[in-house]
Amino acid sequence: MENEDKQEEAFDAFAQTGSAQVYLLRLYITGMTPNSKRAVENVKRICEQHLKGRYELEVIDIYQQPTLAQGEQIIAAPTLIKKLPHPLRRLIGDMSNTEKVLLGLDLRPK
Amino acid sequence: MTIRKDKSLSPQPLDSLPKSATGIEGLDEITQGGFPKGRPTLICGSAGCGKTLMAMEFLVNGIIAFNEPGVFMAFEETADELTTNVASLGFDLKQLTDQNKLKIDYVYVERSEIEETGEYDLEGLFIRLAYAIDSIGAKRVVLDTIESLFSGLSNPSILRAEIRRLFRFLKEKGVTTIITGERGDATLTRQGLEEYVSDCVILLDHRIINQISTRRLRIVKYRGTTHGTNEYPFLIDEEGISVLPVTSLGLDHEVSNKIISSGVEGLDEMLGMGGFYEGSTILITGTAGTAKTTFVSSFANKVCQENKRCLFFAFEESEKQLLRNMKQIGLNLEPHITKGLLKIHASRPTLHGLEMHLVTIHKLIKAFKPDVVIIDPMSNLISIGGINEVRGMLTRLIDFLKVNKITAMLTALTIPTGNSLELTEEGISSLVDTWILVRDVEGLGERNRGLFVIKARGMQHSNQVREFIITQQGINLLDVNIGPTGILTGSARLAYQMQQKQTAITKQNELEKKDRELARKRKILESSIDNMRTEFESLEEELRQISTAQQTASSTPDLTLAQPKKKAATPKKSKDT
Repeated sequence: MENEDKQEEAFDAFAQTGSAQVYLLRLYITGMTPNSKRAVENVKRICEQHLKGRYELEVIDIYQQPTLAQGEQIIAAPTLIKKLPHPLRRLIGDMSNTEKVLLGLDLRPK
Repeated sequence: MTIRKDKSLSPQPLDSLPKSATGIEGLDEITQGGFPKGRPTLICGSAGCGKTLMAMEFLVNGIIAFNEPGVFMAFEETADELTTNVASLGFDLKQLTDQNKLKIDYVYVERSEIEETGEYDLEGLFIRLAYAIDSIGAKRVVLDTIESLFSGLSNPSILRAEIRRLFRFLKEKGVTTIITGERGDATLTRQGLEEYVSDCVILLDHRIINQISTRRLRIVKYRGTTHGTNEYPFLIDEEGISVLPVTSLGLDHEVSNKIISSGVEGLDEMLGMGGFYEGSTILITGTAGTAKTTFVSSFANKVCQENKRCLFFAFEESEKQLLRNMKQIGLNLEPHITKGLLKIHASRPTLHGLEMHLVTIHKLIKAFKPDVVIIDPMSNLISIGGINEVRGMLTRLIDFLKVNKITAMLTALTIPTGNSLELTEEGISSLVDTWILVRDVEGLGERNRGLFVIKARGMQHSNQVREFIITQQGINLLDVNIGPTGILTGSARLAYQMQQKQTAITKQNELEKKDRELARKRKILESSIDNMRTEFESLEEELRQISTAQQTASSTPDLTLAQPKKKAATPKKSKDT
């Protein structure tokens, strides 16, 4: 339910701005491991650079919410899930390879 | 690897390897107690050989029989699919899940959705697993099959490191784990998982020989314990997996001195002890149509009449046909079936592979607990396996029966090749205790049936070939008739008997004739004795008269004149008498 609300909000935002698609992103990390820290930094940086104003990022620590790991089919950490726009994508790793992240987010033509 | 037998089974000693019983029939026996407790076990094998099922049975048995909750982490099937798939075996996963005894976690790995963007680990999987284990207090875990990760993720070095870590993690958790793995070309698993699992590796195999499939199981390694090393056939049926128990426990089974009748009177006599020893194995061989089935049916009938239980495996005839045929010769087996003393299990040999038959036989024996088992004919099994395999199977079977003190009667069809009628193709004669040969005796334009005890261990059995006929009252062994050329059968026997009768009559006649002659001679003799006696008497008379005449003559001469007239009359009288 929460998800849907957020999706609606995102759609609203998209409708209001009238610009390119709105991105709904979730980043699943495991506590404060180096990989997790790097991933958070990298994702934030990339989003600010390429999706400024049209993204929504949620960082979730699966140590805190282990049930989410099953529900979201998380196996690797860190994992970035692009919920919107479709298709759904999973990006795993510390997001240090910006090219690959952009490719995964469909921000670069393949 | 230290091998000490006393270590393996009892969980009490501190230094022994604790085991987690699988509850799978036969598997606990060959692993001597189950899988290593708190350690990972690898089950590998090609597609469709029963890995998932074995793992699932391990979990479900753990929950039901040993109260050890379990986690099933599925990489290939969803929870719903799994639930449906094993429902046919009577496993109600949904119920177990609702009771919080079982947790199924389906791990979805789809390569096309995943982009690798740098360093990562599988902590997500660890967290899921840890959460699942902790939430229900699981003692058993199944990962089916973790190799799927390799197809979803492209960095094998990370994966290998993480899998190694996973196993360490599972060991620390103290859960008994089963990892399944698909068999590779040259390795046990495609990704070489066996490197990480050092404690116990079990290989499942599914072979097709002569279009018949056989499943086999082998313990490749099992650290810290003794275990069976052979390939053991196993079976998947509606009750799950059953592995065939250990081949041979050695030749140290108990023996019985009790005798069990063969159901054929004459045969009991021939054996010298009035029947077979209980728990012995009896083989009846013969060519086609020599009444092997009739013999075993007579035996079955006798056994049931004595209120013992008999299990009859028919590989040639259906139950109904067998019953009808035997009824014709006075063996009414139906009441025994109604009473529950007799069970006929009829199946085509080609229905399963040999091992499957063996497992079926085992299962039925365990369920029915018979005193006597009959297999008619075991030679039909050759059609589905090589001679060596059949021999191996029969050895196992006979061992099993002997250990359980079950009397077994097997029949085998022999194909006459030259003079080697006594050869059974399986060469199992050394395994059996009593061997009876039924054969055709051909001659004078007819075939007759003869019976011969080739061997009977521990009995002074007859050395004769006995003819038998099948009557409406069953099998009837005829008395031995030995003619000038040996034992007589059929019409030769009849002719011989007729001849014997004839000679007897002639002899009788001659005797009677001699008697009559004797009587006649006696008569003649007696009459002549009479004659002589009368002659003597007349002489005596004469003499007496003469003497009296002389006495009277001196006194009265008239009378002496008259005397000779009288004398003439007396001999005449004697002649008349």
